Amino acid sequence: MKLLVCISKAPDTTSKIAFTDGNTKFDENGVQYIVNPYDEWYALVRALELVEANGGSVTTITVGTAADEPTIRKALAIGANDAVRIDAPATDPYFVAKQIAEYAKDKGFDVILTGKETIDFNGAQVSGMIAEILDLPFVSLAQKMEVAGNTATIERDVPGGSEIIEVATPFVLSAAKGMAEQRIPNMRGIMAARTKPLTVVPAVSVENATTVVSYELPPAKSECKYFTADQMDELVAALHNEAKAI
Amino acid sequence: MSVLVFVESKDGKFSKAAFEAVSYGNKIGTTTVITFGDASDDVLAGLGNYGASKVLVNKSVDGKNEQQLTRLIHAAAEATGAETVVMIQDQLGKAIAPRVAARMNAGHISGAVALPDTSNGFVVKTYVYSGKAFANVKVNTPKRVISLVSNALAPVATGGSASVEVFNADLGDAKIKVKEMKSQGAGVPLPEAELVVSAGRGLKGPENWGIVEDLAKALGATTACSRPVADIGWRPHHEHVGQTGVAIRPNLYIAAGISGAIQHLAGVNSSKTIVVINTDSEAPFFKAANYGVVGDAFDVLPRLTEAINKFKAAQ
Repeated sequence: MKLLVCISKAPDTTSKIAFTDGNTKFDENGVQYIVNPYDEWYALVRALELVEANGGSVTTITVGTAADEPTIRKALAIGANDAVRIDAPATDPYFVAKQIAEYAKDKGFDVILTGKETIDFNGAQVSGMIAEILDLPFVSLAQKMEVAGNTATIERDVPGGSEIIEVATPFVLSAAKGMAEQRIPNMRGIMAARTKPLTVVPAVSVENATTVVSYELPPAKSECKYFTADQMDELVAALHNEAKAI
Repeated sequence: MSVLVFVESKDGKFSKAAFEAVSYGNKIGTTTVITFGDASDDVLAGLGNYGASKVLVNKSVDGKNEQQLTRLIHAAAEATGAETVVMIQDQLGKAIAPRVAARMNAGHISGAVALPDTSNGFVVKTYVYSGKAFANVKVNTPKRVISLVSNALAPVATGGSASVEVFNADLGDAKIKVKEMKSQGAGVPLPEAELVVSAGRGLKGPENWGIVEDLAKALGATTACSRPVADIGWRPHHEHVGQTGVAIRPNLYIAAGISGAIQHLAGVNSSKTIVVINTDSEAPFFKAANYGVVGDAFDVLPRLTEAINKFKAAQ
C-alpha cells in the first residue's frame, strides 16, 4: 500500500491573530507553527496505522519553503517513511493542488490523504482540487477508513445522519476527527527523522487563481451585558429588541 | 453578468440556505439555478421568488456522487455561459466546489460572507482563522466559484417565478457507492440552524439534558454540545460544535455550563449573538459573549425557558 499524506503548517491554535504591512500580511511575530492538526492527528496517523497493518509506505508532501522543514521533520518523527517538499510558498489553493497533483500523477499512490481543512484558511479546497485534476474520486470528512485489497470502506457523518461508503483505490480523502488518535513522537522517532529522505522538488509553473488583497479583524465585541437569574424577562427582551435574535 | 447557482433539495423542499444562495446570485447577475432530484415543478419554479430566472433540473444524477455532480454543474455553466458559480459552503459544497473550480479553471472563494466588491477586480470577503479574522480575496481568473456560508446574507423575496427545464449532460461513471445510511432523525442540521442551545460539562450528566432540550423546544432551536461532553458519550458526536466538530454561525447561540476554551470558540465565534450561562464569573466565554448570566444552569435554564414561553405567548 502506497500512501501520500499532504502536510501543511499552521499557526498554533492559541496564536494571537494579527496582521502587518497595512493588513496585507499575517503577523508571524511570536507565532509558533505546528503541523496542521487535521493533517497530523487524523490523516497521517491513520495512514501509518494502515501501513503498519498491511505493509507499504507513507510519503508526506508539502508545498512550502525551507521554513516549513521543522513541521515536515515532525511528520517524519511521527513515522512517515520519507517526505517531499515542493519548493514554493503555498500562496493559493489551486497552486498547491496543482503542485501536488503534478508530483503524484505517475507515482501510483493508492490513497492521497489530507486533513479536512487547515486551521488558518479553513478553505477545505486543496483535496477536492487534487481529485479533480487527477480525475479521482474524493471522499471528504472521513471519520473511519478500512482498506481491504483495492477497496476502501469509509464512514462519515452527513447532515442528518451518517453513511458508509465504498470506493476503489486510487482516491483522495480528507480526514476529520475520529480517524485516529494523536501520536506523540518518541526520541527514537525524532532521531530517525533527521536522516530520513526529504526530497526537494522544484515547483511547476502555475498562475495563482486567487490572491489575498487584505485582512481584517472582526469589529470588537461590545462588553458583555450581565443579567441575574431573576432577570430572564429582561434578557429575553434584550434578545428581541436589541439583538433582534428572536 | 451570468450566474449559475447550485442548490440541493431535501425531501422535495429547499432550505433557507438555498434561498440565500439564489438571492446572492441574483445580486451579482442574471441567475440560473442547477439542481437535481425530485422536487416538484412548483417548488422549482418557486426559486424564482428569490431571483432565479431559470431552473435547470437533472432527474437522473446520483446526488451521492460528487464527481457526477461536478460534471453536471460544469456542463450547466458551459450551457448558460455563466462566469460565476455560487454554491453553499455546507458538506456537499465543500466536497464539490473545489472540484468545480478546478474543472472550470476558476478561482474559488471558500466561505464568502459578503457580496463581491467589483470596484477593483473581483474581491470577496471570506472568514479565515476559524472566524477570528476575515480575508478579502481577489479572483485572478475570468471565471470564479463562490462558496457562501449560511446565515451571512438574508434571502430577499422578489415575487418572481422561474421557468423550469430538464437538463441532461454526460456525467461519466459513478465511482463511489453508499452502502449504508443511518439517520439521526429530523430537525434543522446544526450548520444551518439559526438558533442553537448548547451545553457542556456544567450539566453534570446526560440525564440532566431535559432542561437544555426544553429551552431548545421553546425557542425552536437546535441542540449542540461541547467536545468533552461528546467525547465521554453524554451526547452524540454530531452535536459537537468547535474546532474539531461542527463550525456554526447562528443568529443566536446560548451556551450553558461551557467555559469557552479557545477550541470551542473557534467553532462558534461567528454567531451573531452569544449568551453565556456559567457559575464561574471568570469563565473565558464571557469575554466572547454579548449577554451573560452568572449562575447555575439548573436554576437559570428553566427560568429562561419560562421567560421565552411567556414572550412567545405574548407575540
